[in-house]
Amino acid sequence: MRPIRLLLVRALYSAFVLAAVSVLLFAALGAAPGDFLTDLRLNPQISPVTLERLRERYALDDPVPVQYARWAASVFRGEFGYSLLYNRPVAPLLRERAANTLLLTVISTVVAWVLAVPIGALTARRRGTWVDRLVAVVVTVLIALPDLLIALVLLLIAIQVGGLPTGGMVSPGHEAMPVAARAFDLLSHLAMPVVALALLLSPVVIRHVRATLIEALDAPFIQAARAKGADDRRLVYRHALRASATPIAALLGVSIASLLSASLAVEAVMSWPGIGPLLLEAIHARDVHLVVGAALASTCFLLAGNLVADGLVLFVDPRTRA
Amino acid sequence: MTRLRTSVGLLAIVYVAAATAGFLAPYDPAEQNRRYPFAPPVKVHVLDAAGSIHRRPFVYELRPRPGTFDEYDEDRERPLEIRFFVRGTPYRLAGVVPSTLHLFGVEGSRRVFLMGTDEYGRDVLSRLLHGAGISLGAGLLAAAAAVSLGLVIGSIAGYYGGASDMLAMRAAELVMAVPSLYLLLALRAALPLHLAPADAFVLLVAVVGAVGWARPALLVRAVVSTVRTRDFVVAARSSGASDVHILARHVLPQAAGVALTQFALLVPQCVLAEVTLSFFGLGVSEPAPSWGTMLADLQRFHILAAAYWWLFLPAIAIVAVFLLYYSITDALHQRLMLRS
Repeated sequence: MRPIRLLLVRALYSAFVLAAVSVLLFAALGAAPGDFLTDLRLNPQISPVTLERLRERYALDDPVPVQYARWAASVFRGEFGYSLLYNRPVAPLLRERAANTLLLTVISTVVAWVLAVPIGALTARRRGTWVDRLVAVVVTVLIALPDLLIALVLLLIAIQVGGLPTGGMVSPGHEAMPVAARAFDLLSHLAMPVVALALLLSPVVIRHVRATLIEALDAPFIQAARAKGADDRRLVYRHALRASATPIAALLGVSIASLLSASLAVEAVMSWPGIGPLLLEAIHARDVHLVVGAALASTCFLLAGNLVADGLVLFVDPRTRA
Repeated sequence: MTRLRTSVGLLAIVYVAAATAGFLAPYDPAEQNRRYPFAPPVKVHVLDAAGSIHRRPFVYELRPRPGTFDEYDEDRERPLEIRFFVRGTPYRLAGVVPSTLHLFGVEGSRRVFLMGTDEYGRDVLSRLLHGAGISLGAGLLAAAAAVSLGLVIGSIAGYYGGASDMLAMRAAELVMAVPSLYLLLALRAALPLHLAPADAFVLLVAVVGAVGWARPALLVRAVVSTVRTRDFVVAARSSGASDVHILARHVLPQAAGVALTQFALLVPQCVLAEVTLSFFGLGVSEPAPSWGTMLADLQRFHILAAAYWWLFLPAIAIVAVFLLYYSITDALHQRLMLRS
């Protein structure tokens, strides 16, 4: 009973947040000078009469509240507005791109955590040794590296070394390949963006795991276990890691916002067809519905990610289930 | 303590260099030398071909290698002495004082590219220095705007509570519910696509500030709402002090530490926001230099693939500035922890 009610409250809250964000964005974008047709006016092949007709057809001159109401109605039809740039409803467009972003971010998160937790645990265990110091330096430098730069440098490496694709998600002729070749093709395209995102995510996780583990290692029950003669490895991996599972799981929720922002940068530089490049395209074309749609999709990801992270905390820590 | 001082000192040098870019940079950042695209950084010599030591350091003039467009040979016949405090392109020091004095240069209309050139033969060093003014300046102002906004909203919410608190905190939650880069870009979409450099600077500061205020506001509110009930505040109120006086004299000084740490944390994020917007062609536009527009060149496949390493110099500058800021944040954070 309880979890279901909790979930319902969260869903209602999320819907409220999404609605409020959409109102805010519409208000801001409605005040913007210029629209989708502004650039077309420079095209001598399109007559002013045609432009006027297009304006009327797209109802670009309606007041912002009316435009919002029309957009809201299309949300209930499941269309999320109409993209003038792609000449089709926004929803199916977002669904394709969102799936690609989801694929990239989920795989990167898994890779980053699988790498970072053992490294963090190792540095906590070997506090003050050269390993710890080396990792600390690398982590500090990685945190200072902007996402754009990591993506650019990795792309440069991919170009120089060769063998890996340097952009996109699939090769030409992907559809015609046999299943195994198709999977391999996708994986090889995933490699660089995943490495980039993992490099961006893992430093924060390493730091956090190290800090929480060191705190846990000072706890009395660890000292008791040590007094009983448990070896170092067992202390860290069995007792301390288990005890600090809650704060570590909580980091996942906190890190989702930065994951999505970093993903946008990586997607744009490595031309991964996710929501990020779609948003950039929409901004350059002044396609209002698409801008709102892409921003809302990222907000959805953040809200859903937080929900998953909260669920994870409930799962690893029975005390929070009361 | 020493680390804090060193980092602040080094950062101060960077900011002074950015403010005096016109003097330090030998050329105008937009000046094109179409004969020298992608020239690599020149070597500075003190020994000439005959092996004798020169009184002044000198460089050899570059000569495009025939049949290529981005390879150069040193012309051993034509040494160019580097002179200090030379007259050159006019500029305005810190945007105000007109001058033609440059720290260094070579004779006449010849050019020396200490850090190479980009595809239009523009001097990377000059662009880097002038770009620092735009990128670092925008970052600093945007962070200041965000923290000021956060201080005002956070202190009102924390001090008065009730409806204003509720409203402010829901607004902060909304801002933080959208991933920051998406929010930044979406708000940027509300501005005209093509902006004059001066307008772009102001509007970028406004947009980045509008995205960044939420977290400082939350933290300031937390401090203010606990301080509000402390004895010294109650005492001040009972002796008839006005709300504004209590906030300014008794409450906000308690939040200064948090605000300062948030500021140090926000500046690199705001610099990055400007760089990212300019990188995507949504910030400062060509030919005005910003570290973002400089990096944007690397998005073009043939430029990235050619691996002109000197075009990565703005990235190295960004990383250096960020490391300094993180070291400051760390030190400030530790001091706050020690105090509490």
